[in-house]
Amino acid sequence: MKEWTFIAILLIVSAMLPTVPIMGGRLLGPRKPNEQKSSTYECGVETVGDTWVQFKVQYYIFALVFLVFDIELVFLYPWAVAYNRLPLFGVIAGVVFIITLAEALIYAWRKGALEWL
Amino acid sequence: MADIFTTIGSWLTGLFEGLGASPALAATILMVLGAAVLASAVLFILVFNIWFERKVMARFQDRIGPNRVGPWGIFQTVADLAKLFSKEIIIPGGADMMPFMMAPVIAVMSVILIWAVVPFTPNLIGTDVNIGALYFVAVSSLGVMAILMAGWSSNNKYALLGAFRAVAMLVSYEVPLVLTLMIPVLLTGSMRMNEIVAAQRIAYLFMMPLAGAIFWIASVAEVGRQPFDVLEGESEIVAGYHIEYSGFAFAMFYAAEWAHGFAICALMAVLFLGGWRGPGVEQIPTLGIVYFLLKTFLLYFFQVWTRAILPRIRIDHIMYFCWKFLVPLSLVLVVVTVLVDKTARSLIPGYMLTGSLIEMLPRAAVLLIVNVAVALLAIAWVAWLGRRERERAEAASVSIAPIESGATAQQAR
Amino acid sequence: MTITPVTIAFAVLAIFTLGGGLGVVSSRNMVHAALYLVLALFGVAGLYVLLEAPFLAAIQVLVYMGAIAVLITITIMVTRRIMGITESVNRQWPLAAGIAALVAVTLGFVVLGLFNGLLPVADVPPDNIEQLGAAFVSHQAYLLPFEVASVLLLAAMIGAIVVARD
Repeated sequence: MKEWTFIAILLIVSAMLPTVPIMGGRLLGPRKPNEQKSSTYECGVETVGDTWVQFKVQYYIFALVFLVFDIELVFLYPWAVAYNRLPLFGVIAGVVFIITLAEALIYAWRKGALEWL
Repeated sequence: MADIFTTIGSWLTGLFEGLGASPALAATILMVLGAAVLASAVLFILVFNIWFERKVMARFQDRIGPNRVGPWGIFQTVADLAKLFSKEIIIPGGADMMPFMMAPVIAVMSVILIWAVVPFTPNLIGTDVNIGALYFVAVSSLGVMAILMAGWSSNNKYALLGAFRAVAMLVSYEVPLVLTLMIPVLLTGSMRMNEIVAAQRIAYLFMMPLAGAIFWIASVAEVGRQPFDVLEGESEIVAGYHIEYSGFAFAMFYAAEWAHGFAICALMAVLFLGGWRGPGVEQIPTLGIVYFLLKTFLLYFFQVWTRAILPRIRIDHIMYFCWKFLVPLSLVLVVVTVLVDKTARSLIPGYMLTGSLIEMLPRAAVLLIVNVAVALLAIAWVAWLGRRERERAEAASVSIAPIESGATAQQAR
Repeated sequence: MTITPVTIAFAVLAIFTLGGGLGVVSSRNMVHAALYLVLALFGVAGLYVLLEAPFLAAIQVLVYMGAIAVLITITIMVTRRIMGITESVNRQWPLAAGIAALVAVTLGFVVLGLFNGLLPVADVPPDNIEQLGAAFVSHQAYLLPFEVASVLLLAAMIGAIVVARD
């Protein structure tokens, strides 16, 4: 628990460190908003339409594939920590896990889910 | 052996207890002081780092770089900071105020928190939690949220597009990063940063060079440095997710990026180059911080070097490089490494001995051979792909050739 | 009950978790709801740390805040239509609130009935992660669930790709 106290303190300190200068900048810096200044900067061209346009689904697919690999960590990191004392059987069990995961990657690849365009 | 930092720590504890504080309170005050010093050091070293980067970049481009403010222009960053502080923090119309102001704060937080588990000397480490390696990945993944918040709340198409591209790239490169981070964890049998350093009598980079290389490439991509510079991509999406930020709010994003760039150098030094290890550290532990900083700055120079000489890669190529090359390669590397290592353990006597450098050589040699073999196979595969692509392109150009040569043929006739 | 640093930390984290949860259900703006969700998940990660389960806390931050929250936010952003919704679309919310309150009260009674004073945290062995890893791949322990989990992830990936592409 003691080691996490430090992280909690560092969390608070690191939140204050950027907040104070930003607040100071807001209070001390000039503040003269006008319509032109606060308009959206899109290369100096007048903004057309709504900002929140629809994005292509590809971003979503990449995030999904990433999610599967991320969850695998939950299982693989304890396995990696225990690796030194595992018998060969245990190592092969972990390898089978990784190969199943590689299968998922190959499926995504073959189905064209990893294409950007 | 006690080093200078433990001495300072126990001296301060004695001082607080002498002033009437209970031991628990004294320990807490010491932690607050430590956290404050660590967090400010992370930000203050940027003043030097930004100057260093500009100077080195300038030399690569045959310029002089900053040279007016102070000796060798070393106070240039201070002057820039003073300028930024006097600038207005513009909040664009239609922006979502709360996420807009919180995004730079979270970006800086996620970087400072990484340093909590970086060991400077055998005794000087923020906190040696038993999940150190995983803590680092978890904390730095918070930066993704900051980028998404900034991009969404700015009410700007370029900011949102930039944020989306950045998030797609950052999450993709996290996969090879964590897969290769597993290799130091595997070899050490612990996620504690200090144990990972202590286990590296032979630095892991010399045992597992391919793992180190993949980790480094993925880390550079996580920071968004060249050649993975699509986060900002000035010529494509103006400035990416922080286009609408100005004044000190922008400075915080800038600081977060630079501090992250330095943090990955420190982590690379810790995980693959043996951190504070070096000759004479057993006798004088304070020397550890010198070795650590030396390795970190060497890597930082390397980072600036790649930044200076490499162009930006297109976003689709970046994604292909990650998913179709780095991820399969790191999966193969992990599988082959564990299988060969475990088999060799039962075949070679004295394989796991760690008594002296000589005793560790068999394992290091086996792992090095595995790495080089996997790396050569990967290069051969890429070369084969390239050759096939070239032949296809040549075949396509041959069919065009008669039209071009038709004119000369007619003239000859 | 005495006030110790741990109880204060618990109170703060509970406020984060519950406040975040309240924000999720009460925000009109979908992206704000997603951001409140991140706050709630952060509170839960802190609670894991208080329970001496830092590995779960790291997983909570990495998987839930770093991946699932990002995925949810991206999902909201790629589906344009729900971005524009700012008014409540569900007229049944009073009914839903009533049922939720009933469930909360029932659960509260059940939990309070089982509650018999604060227990000290069990002694956590220092190599608990190593034991977990060894148990994953030991045929006397969790080998089958471990391998089934990888097949489940494979099935999830296939399903996600099929759904997203059609």
